[in-house]
Amino acid sequence: MEDEEVIARIQRDLDEDVFEGRYDAESKKKFVFISILIAVSLFTMLISITLGAVDIPLIDVINVFMHPILPQVFAEPSMDYYNEFIFRGRMPRVFMVALTGFSLGLAGMIMQGLLRNPLVSPFTLGVSTAASFGAALSIMFGPILFGAVVNLKYNVLGVNFYVDDLLQVLFAFLMALASIGIILLMTRGKDISRSTVILSGVVISYLFQAGIMACKYFSDEDELREITMWIMGSFTGSTWGGVLILVPIVVICCIALISTSMDINALAAGDDVASSLGVDVTKLRRDGLVISTMVTAACLSFTGVIGFIGLMAPHICRMIIGNDARYLSVCSGLMGIAILSLSDLFCRLIIRPGELPVGIVLYIIGGMFFVWMVGNRRWSKRL
Amino acid sequence: MRVDIEDLVQGYGNRTILDGVSFSVDEGEVVTVLGPNGSGKSTLIKTVCRIMEPRSGRIAMDGKDVSSISKEEFARLVGYVPQNPEFIGYTNVYDAVLVGRRPYVKWNYSREDIRMAAESMRLMRLDEFFDRQVTEMSGGQRQRVTLARALTQDPRLYVFDEPTSALDLRHQLDTLRLMRSVIKERGSSMIIALHDLNLAIRYSDKVMVLKDGKVYGFGSSDDVITERMIRDVYGVESEIVEGKNGRYIHAYDGSDDDYLV
Repeated sequence: MEDEEVIARIQRDLDEDVFEGRYDAESKKKFVFISILIAVSLFTMLISITLGAVDIPLIDVINVFMHPILPQVFAEPSMDYYNEFIFRGRMPRVFMVALTGFSLGLAGMIMQGLLRNPLVSPFTLGVSTAASFGAALSIMFGPILFGAVVNLKYNVLGVNFYVDDLLQVLFAFLMALASIGIILLMTRGKDISRSTVILSGVVISYLFQAGIMACKYFSDEDELREITMWIMGSFTGSTWGGVLILVPIVVICCIALISTSMDINALAAGDDVASSLGVDVTKLRRDGLVISTMVTAACLSFTGVIGFIGLMAPHICRMIIGNDARYLSVCSGLMGIAILSLSDLFCRLIIRPGELPVGIVLYIIGGMFFVWMVGNRRWSKRL
Repeated sequence: MRVDIEDLVQGYGNRTILDGVSFSVDEGEVVTVLGPNGSGKSTLIKTVCRIMEPRSGRIAMDGKDVSSISKEEFARLVGYVPQNPEFIGYTNVYDAVLVGRRPYVKWNYSREDIRMAAESMRLMRLDEFFDRQVTEMSGGQRQRVTLARALTQDPRLYVFDEPTSALDLRHQLDTLRLMRSVIKERGSSMIIALHDLNLAIRYSDKVMVLKDGKVYGFGSSDDVITERMIRDVYGVESEIVEGKNGRYIHAYDGSDDDYLV
């Protein structure tokens, strides 16, 4: 029956168009949300340069940047220490916050996808405890071994870059790498069950926790305070030297992680189905976990333990944007930047000219936001 | 696509589950794998899909040994639908169906991918569920989503493990009839593990019966599904009746041994 065929074909075309239309609409919504996040992050970063212990007027911020480029159009900044504040203090801090926020948000999302467990964070494999132990070791024994605090100065294209207390950074990172190594050893073999990985991480956490407790026990008051402050996490000591080291690590690791998005989408349907869709599940899991933990370790070595973001940024984004890893990965990273920037800004303003550790503000802001979302019926059913 | 399975041996640890299984599937054919629980149906399915590598034996697709085909290429040839579909998190139906195109896609879905997904959703009557969260759906609906994903993958060989177990009667018949017509239309083949012998009679071209990891019988359902086979393999007495639309199996207990399998 020709008529029937024609009708069937028209119906088919109609269905396809409807599907396409709806799919495009959904994609657009996701792009809009990502654009909003980018705008919020950029705005907060700009505000972070303006506000602080000393408020720098916006016009002076512009002058600081534009005067060297176009001295005829833009005047000199009204105070000569503005240059110093912005370039030595706030800019590296803003970049460090952005790098850390993005890395932790993204790493958390990837790990939750790989282990198919919503309670997982970048710290699940024990990397934060390991890094804390490394820092504690350097605080206790660094001066004894090396006589003084070791700072790094290196030169790139004629410009000097500094990293304060290099030993602390190195020790923290090496211990974090050790934790990754132990996980790899414990999960050797073809079949890495997800529970094995998570339990291994828990065990490693306890091991390094024991080390931290021992350090705290044998430390004097100054060292104890220093260890405690390091574990709280802070962006106070951010330098261009640190940022320059982190940028290539973060960029390479994040690109590698984001590019696994389609595989992670397949993984959501189960290991077997993902395998039948062409995903090498064991390799993906191992590589993904190592890279996520590596980028987390790199950031933590400079900043101390910044919690919450790795666990919660993906959840908040997932409620709004769904589970498609191509969008969720970038979104989690951007949400990490947004939340962390806001928190760091507040922690510099609340008791200025003093500063709170970023964790205090972060956990409160983030926690309240999350409680609001869960309480709000529209979002909570998507959790 | 023609599939030849020769002397497949598979097991876990010390246990051998499949002990030299051989059979074949022609292009456009539906072959049903039957057997009691523990006979190795799921293991066979997973081995054919290369989720597990066989201990020995050969699997050939259109004459070509499967071990020489890359994982990516293989994913375009063989589609797997598990018994209990798993979905995690806030996954939409359209995302869950589109992911079947992963073997063809690097990052973005093309218009062709979307067209295939739309067609699959229409065939499985999922249009109204477009952006529904999969975890909010019933077991039967989720199974249809999984089937839609397999259709979207458009492989040369569909391998299904009890795909209709959670579906109601109407949907069971609809789905099997639909899959059969899709196979014929697209020139693919299908291996399907079923428990229901009557469905097997109705929808298979050939039947392969597994018992204790070995092939008890392979051939047309008329030849293989007999009262003797049912007694030997399932330990159940039965009567095969000629109905209006074909043969039908009446199974009953009350055999001398008085055990229920």
